[in-house]
Amino acid sequence: MNYKIKINGTTKEVDVAPGTPLLWVIRDSLDLTGTKFGCGVASCGACTVHVDGSPVRSCQTFIEDVSDQEIITIEGIDGKVAHEVQKAWQELDVVQCGYCQSGQIMSAIGLLSETPKPTDENIDDYMSGNACRCATYQRIRAAIHLASKNLEG
Amino acid sequence: MNIKSSRRDFLKGSLATGAMLVIGLNSDGVLAAGTADATLNPFVKISSDGSLTVILKHFEMGQGTSTGLTTLIAEELDVEWDKVQTEFAPADVSKYANLMMGMQGTGGSTSIANSYLQYRKAGAAAREVLIRAAADKWGVAPSDIRIEKGILKAGNKSAHFGEVIAEAAKLTPSAEPTLKKSSDFKLIGNTRIHRKDHISKTNGKAIFALDVKVPGMVYVVILHKPQFGAKLKSFDASKAKNIEGFIDAKALPTNEGVAVYANSTWNALQAREAIVADWDLSKAEMRSSDQMFNDATALLDNPAYSVRGDREEARKGNMSAAKKLDIEFRLPFLAHAPMEPQNCVIEPTKTGVIVHDGCQMPTLVQQMVADILQLKTENVLVNTVYAGGSFGRRANPTSDYVTEAAMAFSLLGGKTPVKLVWSREDDIHAGYFRPLAVHKVSVGLDNQGTIVGWDHRIASKSIMKGTFLEAMAVQNNIDNSSTEGCADTGYEIPSMSVGLSDFITPVTALWWRSVGHSVTGIVMEVTMDMAAKAAGEDPVDFRLKMLPGNTPAQKRMANVLKMAADKADWKKPLPAGWGRGIAVHESFGSFVAEVIEISTKGDDIKIERVVCAVDCGLIINPDVVTAQIESGVGYGLGAAMRNQISFTDGIIDQSNFPDYEPLRIADIGKIDVYQVKSDEAPSGIGEPGVPPSGPALINAIADATGKRVTYLPLSENGVNFA
Repeated sequence: MNYKIKINGTTKEVDVAPGTPLLWVIRDSLDLTGTKFGCGVASCGACTVHVDGSPVRSCQTFIEDVSDQEIITIEGIDGKVAHEVQKAWQELDVVQCGYCQSGQIMSAIGLLSETPKPTDENIDDYMSGNACRCATYQRIRAAIHLASKNLEG
Repeated sequence: MNIKSSRRDFLKGSLATGAMLVIGLNSDGVLAAGTADATLNPFVKISSDGSLTVILKHFEMGQGTSTGLTTLIAEELDVEWDKVQTEFAPADVSKYANLMMGMQGTGGSTSIANSYLQYRKAGAAAREVLIRAAADKWGVAPSDIRIEKGILKAGNKSAHFGEVIAEAAKLTPSAEPTLKKSSDFKLIGNTRIHRKDHISKTNGKAIFALDVKVPGMVYVVILHKPQFGAKLKSFDASKAKNIEGFIDAKALPTNEGVAVYANSTWNALQAREAIVADWDLSKAEMRSSDQMFNDATALLDNPAYSVRGDREEARKGNMSAAKKLDIEFRLPFLAHAPMEPQNCVIEPTKTGVIVHDGCQMPTLVQQMVADILQLKTENVLVNTVYAGGSFGRRANPTSDYVTEAAMAFSLLGGKTPVKLVWSREDDIHAGYFRPLAVHKVSVGLDNQGTIVGWDHRIASKSIMKGTFLEAMAVQNNIDNSSTEGCADTGYEIPSMSVGLSDFITPVTALWWRSVGHSVTGIVMEVTMDMAAKAAGEDPVDFRLKMLPGNTPAQKRMANVLKMAADKADWKKPLPAGWGRGIAVHESFGSFVAEVIEISTKGDDIKIERVVCAVDCGLIINPDVVTAQIESGVGYGLGAAMRNQISFTDGIIDQSNFPDYEPLRIADIGKIDVYQVKSDEAPSGIGEPGVPPSGPALINAIADATGKRVTYLPLSENGVNFA
């Protein structure tokens, strides 16, 4: 079936089965592969994208749910918060295997957009749905603090 | 993996390098000055614009090897770090063998250890020919030429590498090129250089196998057997025909699954749900976990193989002991659960295929695929891309997911590209686990708190037996990966005996980050803690007594133990309800000690702080070393806290992250890593952080609560994490 989808500032048409998760539309139909598949049950956060500015798990968001929404993936992020988050991630060499990091970054942007000066506890709460098997958590926490500091200045 | 990083191997590796460089240099033929790239040797590629690309014989699963190998060559060539590119090597064992394995592959924390001199020499050899070429061109002595930020300079003359590569590629470097003095190092040991993948992995551009798409590709998922040892009798795909995008379903020739094809990943997953299969369970593993553990425990009374010492002597010591401990450890099967589930793409070429894979063992994959598709080995190309974690999983003796893809490709006619995708459920169900292990340790102490008897028995599924690695890794029937870190402990325990029995099951077993050490680190270091308590001694002092410095290993082990204790203020009193535990372990030639502090609130436990001391010989990238210890600590702790693969009637109870819950950000506080400055040969770093983490936590819980857990995971023993 054909659906229209607004993604990274443009409208695309895709032909997928009804009920297809947004994740697979993004990856298989639109070839935006920065968004990752980790679990398929909204338990790891690797598939996190922004829908109308808020982080959601695209593996549990379905094509029918996003007919009017603006979707942004890691490839389409823009603005001051996104820029500082990516810069902080690079500065502190957060990544290891890197597979979960698009999702981590999408969540971190969401956190700092809502809470510009998060505490460790705020970070732990907000980021708890994003798993990293390389356990880069200490650096994720530090990078969020660094981005927050740089956004102030 | 059973790989020793001894100094002898280290030297052997370096000798092999000289010949390789000469071959590499002379084999490269036609070059047109200023227009072509030159491969100066198998590891160094210079473009006509002068830029350097380092060819990586090891894959990148996050462990930082692409940064480490690149550092070694960039150091010798004095180029600007940020401008160096990297490229994964093709499958070619003649050029890219792991010098400690004899095959092309990554594992056993050997990447830097086996490549250190090889890569430096490759860089130095390239430097030598570039300088000689420039010297000839300019009519000056090579000694008058220096390299600054990738530019050759002499007096007022200067040139980038690309301007002399044509001439340089015709020169033969000396077999033993002069290496830089360590006092001149700018990159080795530099704490400020970034990982090579730090940008592409923060903007979505890094390519993993799951991201590979080739024209005309179809998607395939496998309906896997429900129990290990089950064989497919028949299947019915009639309902799958109603699923949009479904293409076909075919039984794998091994009868271990059904390949389900569709036009997208999602449609393939949906079609698989609609297929009903009938399985022959006559040879299947049908036991539940309790039964497996009981069966393994029953093997401990009379060990099949004597690994170390004389059991009668150890028992005699125990009989005369003033105090005696009898401890039983039960450690479950564990899944590796890398973030990227197993997958790969097989694409036809004119003469064969290309396999796109986060490939840990390129030449093994090449051989396996060639056998299945009846192709000449050289007609199977391997395109290695980033791997979304592995922890050992992607390297396995049967190359399981790649062979599934090859079979699926063949079944479809061998002309259509296929992408095989495992779901997380496949990852948790379809096997290759850290094997279940049971240890019984009987320790006797005299009145002075000295160990006078240590009778240690192990039952575990052998990883190596029945695989092509058996000849190398199994001696006298003893699979070293079942006993490493125990029978060869660095502690001075004269009265120690170790016996081993193989637990038999069709459940597939594999090296899991730190392999046998992931088990023996827990067993040895929890036993040591309990023995210290029985002796009424401080756990650090007690261990140091058994590390008198009679061997270099004992000295290094004692050193990191003291360093961790010192940095963690070991003897400083803690707040009420807090506890502290320590553990030290040698693995892959490296020594790591960890101190864990926890707090308790009611029944809940929180890990507050981890202090680590690491000695991995000469350090190439200090920040990568720190990151790998942080990662190893987290990996070990998450598993010890709440991970297990358990069985009910042979069917795995877990299926995805909600019941194989990974460590989360809130689970872990600050991790401080301290590094020993050393000139020893570089040793492993990807795995050695794991073994001390579990026991340090278990010991901290005992310290805080008095509760001593020896059956893992902790969560199955009423230990809750806040």
